[in-house]
Amino acid sequence: MAYALQQLVNGITLGMIYGLIAVGYTMVYGIIGMINFAHGDVFMVGAFVGIIVLTALTGVTSVPMGILAALILSAGVCALYGFSIERVAYRPLRGSFRLAPLISAIGMSILLENYVQTSQGALERAIPVAVPGGFVLMNENGFVVQLSWMQIAIVVVTLVTLGIFTYIVTKTPLGRSMRAVEQDAKMAALLGIDTNRTISYTFIIGSALAAVAGVMFLLYYGVIDFYIGFNAGIKAFTAAVLGGIGSLPGAVLGGLLIGLIEAFWSGYATVAYKDVAVYSILAIVLMFMPTGLLGRNDIEKV
Amino acid sequence: MKKYLFCTAATLALSFAVAAAPAQAQTKVGMAGPLTGSNAAFGVQQKVGADQAVADINAKGGVLGKKLVEVVQDDACDPKQAVTAANQLVSDGVVMVDGHFCSASSIPASKVYTDNGILQISPASTNPNYTDDGSAFTFRTCGRDDQQGKVAAEYIAKHFKGAKIAVLDDNSTYGKGIADQVRMNLKKLGIPDAYDTSYTAGDKDYSALISRLKQQGITLVYIGGYYADAGLIMRGGAAQGYTPQYFSEDAAQASALWQVAGPAAEGMLFTFPPPAEVGSAAAAVVNELKKANQDPSGYVLYSYATIQVWAEAAKKAHSVKGSLVSKELKAGGPWPSVLGPLKFDSKGDVVDAAYAIYKWHNGAPVLITAK
Repeated sequence: MAYALQQLVNGITLGMIYGLIAVGYTMVYGIIGMINFAHGDVFMVGAFVGIIVLTALTGVTSVPMGILAALILSAGVCALYGFSIERVAYRPLRGSFRLAPLISAIGMSILLENYVQTSQGALERAIPVAVPGGFVLMNENGFVVQLSWMQIAIVVVTLVTLGIFTYIVTKTPLGRSMRAVEQDAKMAALLGIDTNRTISYTFIIGSALAAVAGVMFLLYYGVIDFYIGFNAGIKAFTAAVLGGIGSLPGAVLGGLLIGLIEAFWSGYATVAYKDVAVYSILAIVLMFMPTGLLGRNDIEKV
Repeated sequence: MKKYLFCTAATLALSFAVAAAPAQAQTKVGMAGPLTGSNAAFGVQQKVGADQAVADINAKGGVLGKKLVEVVQDDACDPKQAVTAANQLVSDGVVMVDGHFCSASSIPASKVYTDNGILQISPASTNPNYTDDGSAFTFRTCGRDDQQGKVAAEYIAKHFKGAKIAVLDDNSTYGKGIADQVRMNLKKLGIPDAYDTSYTAGDKDYSALISRLKQQGITLVYIGGYYADAGLIMRGGAAQGYTPQYFSEDAAQASALWQVAGPAAEGMLFTFPPPAEVGSAAAAVVNELKKANQDPSGYVLYSYATIQVWAEAAKKAHSVKGSLVSKELKAGGPWPSVLGPLKFDSKGDVVDAAYAIYKWHNGAPVLITAK
């Protein structure tokens, strides 16, 4: 029982990070129907901005203030990256054939990886444990279930960020225009919505979310390198597809599910084949629900 | 368009001219290792050693009257990239290669070098298959995993009686190779390992694996894998309040391990070749390296020795031709080197390679036993 609880904690923490990245994929897909493969690398840039800020703040004793500064600065810088990526690599190709922006995105992803590799070095960068300790959740026959402050922080930050984000999408004029562009970009434009601006905002918000995930990843694992965006990006993309690409709650649900599958499969079956389990379940779900768990059926216009 | 073509052609012609001019009085030696990727810390060690060896040999007039030029290739410890790097070195016309670092790179690359008759001396690839494959052109200046695994298993048997042991590996040629040797030797010594598994190298989240080790009451964890993953496992273990005895192999020697794991690595044991930098044969080179602010520990001197023994053998053979130098290396010797006198057996392995036990303490590896 205690062991299952520990794996549940492990799975939820991991799943929250996946979910936060997955939201970025799903948002962009929803609004312009393309998969932004550079999103994982924006997440990686976010983690690097985080490490630069935290290293610069070594003298600051207040840990929460330091983390807040890292989160805000990283979100700011990544928002700028997201905006520029869309402006430079995707907007010129918007009217082009379907695969063009996809290939452009892969190029952008490689560009970002190599840029960080040359500017920050190929070695791992590590920070000391930022938030040590936690509390004992349960002690069963000597098996101690630890819940660290960092794990709680990840869940809280993710939920707060998603809360703010849901508010923006459902309650503000910006969110309304985002949903309008998602439904029908041409019609939205005819009705006076600035589609270019709305799409830019989508990229800005998505990238800021990726930055938050990057900083949380950095604080939790403490080690990053220029390649983390690839692995995390693939998993988050899988989460978005599993939850139903285009659906925001689906992305979070997909992330959580993948985190939990990984933790429980490693915990009870074999550690070596956890990725096999994740992708097998994805394949099975897609066989029976081709649009993912919460995805809705799009009517294909022929 | 025509203008562009002309420019390109002119640049190409120029670059050929530049490349061709100095090649006449020089001999090219290759160095291939992980300068990027998660083992980059070792590639740096390898390059420091190679640079120093080339500089020292050139200061004494080079090999057979020709100065050495070092050609560097990055393989990122990726088998595919290693083959590309090897082909690149072949077309660059190198006569020997210091490398590669990872066994998973050295083995596929060795096919390329063997086909082209180029001598390959690895400073660090410990997987037995590297020299067991029967090529006449493969050598190494380090030991083999069957030696290393035996030393580790015997140390565990002697010092950790009654420990509940888990042996993990990262499923790489090197990591799985050494972990299997440890498993086999433990079994021979009558010590069962309680839990065996592979993990995915490059993963960042090992929390589920750690919980599992914790639940099974494992008290000694052997990790066959590279330092980045080993460091993350230890760091993640500390976060879950799980602190078993960790034991690993020569890849745990990188100072980057401590940067990743921090105090969680305190007390971790690992096997590594005996410290070459304290030997009398290395004194002069170590001094020079320290003057240049380079750390002489780890694989630096093993890399230095690859070029050094090759140069000695080439002088003796009066040729840089791979087949002749190979014959000379195996027949002659012991060759003087920074590692002390080296003798090679018919496979290209060092005769009587030894392994020592080290411990991570306060951010630095400390020698525990020499044998």
